[in-house]
Amino acid sequence: MFETALQWLDALRGKAVSAREAVEAAYARIGTCEPRVHAFLSLQNTQALADADAIDAQRAAGMPLGRLAGLPVAIKDNLCDKGIECRCASRVLEGYIPPYHATVVAKLRAAGAIIIGRTNLDEFAMGSSTENSGYQVTCNPWDIERIPGGSSGGSAAAVASREVPAAFGSDTGGSIRQPAALCGVTGLKPTYGRVSRNGLVAYGSSLDQIGPLTLDVRDAALMLSVIAGHDPGDSTSAEVPVADYAAALHASVAGMKIGVPREYFVSGIDPQVAQAVRAALASFEKAGAEIIEISLPHTEYAIPTYYIVATAEASSNLARYDGIHYGRRAPVAKDLWDVYTKSRREGFGDEVIRRVLLGTYVLSSGYYDAYYLKALKVRTLITRDFDTAFERVDVIATPTSPTAAFKTGEKADDPLQMYLSDIFTVSVNLAGIPGMSIPCGFTDTGLPIGLQLLARPFGEPALIRAGSAYQQATDFHTRRPAQNGIAG
Amino acid sequence: MAAFETVIGLEVHLQLNTRTKMFCRCRNHFGDAPNTNVCPVCLGMPGSLPVINETAVRYARQAGLMLNCAVAQFSKFDRKNYFYPDLPKAYQISQYDLPLCGKGHIDVEMDGGTRRFGITRVHLEEDAGKLVHDGHGGGSLVDLNRSGTPLLEIVSEPDMRSPDEAHAYLVTLKQLMSYLDISDCNMEEGSLRCDANVSVRPAGQAAFGTKVEIKNMNSFKAVQKALAYEVRRQIAAIEAGQTIVQETRLFDANSEKTVSMRTKEQAHDYRYFPDPDLVPMTFTAAEIETLKAQLPERPAVRRERFAAQYGISAYDAGVLTAEKPLADYFEAAISAGMSGKAAANWIINNLMAELNAAHRSITDCPITPAHLAELGALIEGNVISGNIGKQIFPEMFNTGKAPEEIVNEKGLVQITDSAEIDAWVNEAIARNPDVIESLKAGKGKAAGKLVGAVMQMSKGKANPALVNERIRHILIETHGLDA
Repeated sequence: MFETALQWLDALRGKAVSAREAVEAAYARIGTCEPRVHAFLSLQNTQALADADAIDAQRAAGMPLGRLAGLPVAIKDNLCDKGIECRCASRVLEGYIPPYHATVVAKLRAAGAIIIGRTNLDEFAMGSSTENSGYQVTCNPWDIERIPGGSSGGSAAAVASREVPAAFGSDTGGSIRQPAALCGVTGLKPTYGRVSRNGLVAYGSSLDQIGPLTLDVRDAALMLSVIAGHDPGDSTSAEVPVADYAAALHASVAGMKIGVPREYFVSGIDPQVAQAVRAALASFEKAGAEIIEISLPHTEYAIPTYYIVATAEASSNLARYDGIHYGRRAPVAKDLWDVYTKSRREGFGDEVIRRVLLGTYVLSSGYYDAYYLKALKVRTLITRDFDTAFERVDVIATPTSPTAAFKTGEKADDPLQMYLSDIFTVSVNLAGIPGMSIPCGFTDTGLPIGLQLLARPFGEPALIRAGSAYQQATDFHTRRPAQNGIAG
Repeated sequence: MAAFETVIGLEVHLQLNTRTKMFCRCRNHFGDAPNTNVCPVCLGMPGSLPVINETAVRYARQAGLMLNCAVAQFSKFDRKNYFYPDLPKAYQISQYDLPLCGKGHIDVEMDGGTRRFGITRVHLEEDAGKLVHDGHGGGSLVDLNRSGTPLLEIVSEPDMRSPDEAHAYLVTLKQLMSYLDISDCNMEEGSLRCDANVSVRPAGQAAFGTKVEIKNMNSFKAVQKALAYEVRRQIAAIEAGQTIVQETRLFDANSEKTVSMRTKEQAHDYRYFPDPDLVPMTFTAAEIETLKAQLPERPAVRRERFAAQYGISAYDAGVLTAEKPLADYFEAAISAGMSGKAAANWIINNLMAELNAAHRSITDCPITPAHLAELGALIEGNVISGNIGKQIFPEMFNTGKAPEEIVNEKGLVQITDSAEIDAWVNEAIARNPDVIESLKAGKGKAAGKLVGAVMQMSKGKANPALVNERIRHILIETHGLDA
């Protein structure tokens, strides 16, 4: 059977399989896996099959088709798809049906991709385990007692369990890369501004970026080429031409300079993770790359800086969920203020409330300078660290997450411990640079380990070049979950 | 009674008349059916993003230049966070510490002199929606057509010392803004809104008294009345030994009093921070200079030029430059060949009266400047008399027809045939024998009666100058009078 998007697309183009068959195969696989994985919040069988039939009819008629024609994909439940309920895994958005397409969704549909369902996430993308969903807990396909990472845990789990060849997520502090690492798939967070945020329900507007989760770098390159580009509807989207990502797939890493930040191999990192990453570096060296130790001196401030900037923006972005205009309104309230407080208290989960309170606090009169303004200054220092590093190296390699997937419930009551699982990913969003996580090994209990590659702004081709070369030399990305998890 | 000094500062909100809204492409229009000019952006839908309306930004900067403000080369939008049902995002996109325009001033002429009032800042923001409270079973409805309308906030320094000065400031401000044609400046429709801050202090005291904010005034006169009431109230309170409370008061147009707003005392913390959905705006000094060079002539400058260039009175020049469209109309008539004096007279004495009676503005005046100039030319060229001109003017106004067309239709072309006129003169003398008697008795003015009689017989069409000339000629030649 076909697994990767490119394999499916070859089969579709060669008419070895119809779009309807591809979609039905996806739903069949979902039927097998979902009872244990719970990656999807909703499926849209009727529309997906109708979309597939339309593609098949167009192909039969010899009409020109998009690059993803007939390919089943999944999207995170924080991307607006016109006419389809979008809840961000939050009770507060129950019943909300967006009247417009996210730019990314419009591009996917224009390319002929068939959206088969919406994946689970930590409510409003706030979390690192997908346990904060207001609806369900998603399990890691490699061990269903463990979390898939987050917040794009549903998308990562759906791809890892081969329910769909590709899924889309959003990454504010590691929400694509960390679940990709924990689920053994490839996750790409583009440069801030590379992909339009229009129609992505905002969490931290200056950090959010949409990207693909796929089985390998080749698929990631294809998906990025479909969704990237300037959008006049997003003032923060960049007017930088989209590179030829496919061209970077076959370049060698010989002569490539790979930086390794010394600050990323410190206490708290699982020795098995460190070992797998070092082995990956050795493999790059063997392929002719030069490994250079670098320093990102402000790394230790990344987590507090991130949790000030992201929560400040979130406190304002989430204020609109007040029970007045859409979504859920508290059924019993005595006055306007009661409508607000009850609707929000009943609609939001604890983690969202925690972050909204934190963000409200750091923006408050008297605290703004000490927290928010200072965080902006530190953000600049963190960005400069990367600028300086990229004067010497082409890419930076780090672990994606300090540990492999942890057990469901293990960190649920310890937010600070949970926040530390993003320690290697949040700086990247603060600096706005692109990052990618690819599988680089397994723990002795068979859990996937991720290698994170970083590049300068709009340096996605460098990530694709390094990642593709690595995947040509290794087979971690082709392994399928079996033991303890779902059947292969 | 101790002498008190009044201190007033005004905050004016101006809805800009851009074609589309501030951050989306919805129609920016007053009076449409509720919730028809809306989209995901101005409805505050999840995931929607604002995009700056560059025309609104240009308007704001033009306004700043017109108010002699320092126009910023770097500016940004911030979010002002608060909950209210007319604000769907629960924050207003506004400007906090880096407005588009900084300090400036406005020169206001009053009582024969000029007063200069400082402008603190001019910034751009978005308007909120509207709540409809009545007639819906106790519930409230939200109309978001207005949500996202570009709103210019113009804040003055506390430089005004009387309600009259505040009124004069508003009149001048409105005049300056209407010269830019960036807003309808209509207080009744809400496209111009004004809040006033007022305090009093014993004359000679440097420190300000406690200020009170007044809202809910829907005309310049109301602002003046509200301030006058509030000044009296504050002085009376102080003289009665009371302390002025810093508060917001509403003006009640019926009682012409201000009343304390009965809302809970809430210390608002708007938690302003830069809007991460928008990128800062930068402008070069050259761009600002270009914008400045393109500003329309200021009303005061234009008034002086009109008086000097067209030889009209200062008063007439003031009337004609009160509004830019009127001044433009005046100059358009001159461009079409009319003399300045004739254009001024016709516009001020006839056209404005017709416009007032018809409740129309100069911008939809049925008489084009070209038609007015044509009328002037017909009179100047003796085709019709001035009186005929006045007679046909209402018809020009009502039908929009060219004056020549009306004159031809009605056969009103002036009679300049001496023989025809001589016949009327002789008949007039025959009918009025007393005139000759009076003239012989040295009463020179009696000839006027003959003029009237001839004009009547010619139905006003006889050329008055020629009538005078022929009367004198016949009186001298035929009757031996030295008229």
